Amino acid sequence: MAEAAESIVRPTTSTLTWADRWDHFLARWAVNRRGHRVAPGLYALGNPTADSPVFVTANYTLSFDALRSALTGMDGYILALDTQGINVWCAAGKGTFGTDELVRRIEATGLKNVVRHRTLILPQLGAPGVAAHQVRKQSGFKVEYGPVRAADLPAYLKTHEATPAMRRVRFTLRDRLVLIPVEVVVALLPTLIAAVIGFFVGGLVTAAAIIAAILAGVALFPILLPWLPTHAFSTKGFILGGIVALPFALTVFLGNPNTALWLRVVGALTYLLALPPVTAFLALNFTGSTTFTSRTGVRREMFAYIPVMAWTFGIGIVLAIAHASIRILGGA
Amino acid sequence: MISVSALNTLKFDQALCTGCGICVDVCPHGVFALNRRVIHVVRADACMECGACQVNCPFGAIQVDSGVGCAAAMIRAALIRKNQVTCS
Ligand code: SF4
Ligand code: SF4
Repeated sequence: MAEAAESIVRPTTSTLTWADRWDHFLARWAVNRRGHRVAPGLYALGNPTADSPVFVTANYTLSFDALRSALTGMDGYILALDTQGINVWCAAGKGTFGTDELVRRIEATGLKNVVRHRTLILPQLGAPGVAAHQVRKQSGFKVEYGPVRAADLPAYLKTHEATPAMRRVRFTLRDRLVLIPVEVVVALLPTLIAAVIGFFVGGLVTAAAIIAAILAGVALFPILLPWLPTHAFSTKGFILGGIVALPFALTVFLGNPNTALWLRVVGALTYLLALPPVTAFLALNFTGSTTFTSRTGVRREMFAYIPVMAWTFGIGIVLAIAHASIRILGGA
Repeated sequence: MISVSALNTLKFDQALCTGCGICVDVCPHGVFALNRRVIHVVRADACMECGACQVNCPFGAIQVDSGVGCAAAMIRAALIRKNQVTCS
């Protein structure tokens, strides 16, 4: 589809405005998830000539803006592929940041008439969707894979060789922190519902414990990921969930000295059984946000740990119901 | 094709490899290394099955059952009995 409007080269800059930053903030908080897009097509950064480099990216504002702000002070072209507002890595996995779209976009923008050379610089994380040799065959353009992070581009461009460090994905504290808002937003409504139910069944402590278990899974877990012992996300989650549930269990156990001992034990066990699997399940879900869990590995983990989560959670809930009924019926 | 790790589905065939080195460039986990135009699988267990190497190898020397390693997507796919797994 060669849309007429796309044969124009739009101007852009390396400067991020407050409006851009606000847009990034909203994107991080999952507000209007698919709405953070730039128009697909060709952009001129600075004052490029027919010999200036061409950089390819996704039409997601965070991807596009990371690229242009990394190129401060440089002249070049940016070719934004139509990934429907999805970042390079996820779009490459889906194939929308892919060979076909790239070849089509080269044609649609008339890139061949804009630059004299035949080289495109792609982000390395776009590689799962793009077959470099096919692009060359179909469009005449040679694909060069730049570094994983746009921030490394200035260093990369000096030699057009990426160091091994530039080629590796990292999952730094900062990388993990920016993912938390989305997780929290998604968990918000279910958490509220669960907390309200918990409040009516077991009171304030129960409601607080439920909120703590979920927050541990969606916020604390991403932060502590590398420091939690064990390898599997599920077991890491169980451990973290256990630690978070412990104070609540102790509150129930120690806070009601006049209640029968066995009832206090059951009360404490409810927390220790029902809550850690919730945290563990949310931790397992976080595998989708990382760049180092393989499908084979996650599948194995699901088979190994989801039944355990279901059983401990189920037993915990049954105990909680029994405990609440005894308390209500026994008037204790 | 020889399987190189028990933890994932990565397979490599030395006989088909020309040592062009593209796989070294695209792999985000440093699985391959090029030494005197010969490819060595140096971090096989680190492969996260992104598929970049297979897609970009011009000589079909690599195979991997690629897909997203995302529990949420797999659960969703399992629930609606769909084989296609993608992230949202
Ligand atoms: S891309 Fe394929 S042919 Fe080239 S070095 Fe890697 S395995 Fe060998
Ligand atoms: S599938 Fe991805 S992570 Fe695995 S070896 Fe190939 S490029 Fe590396």
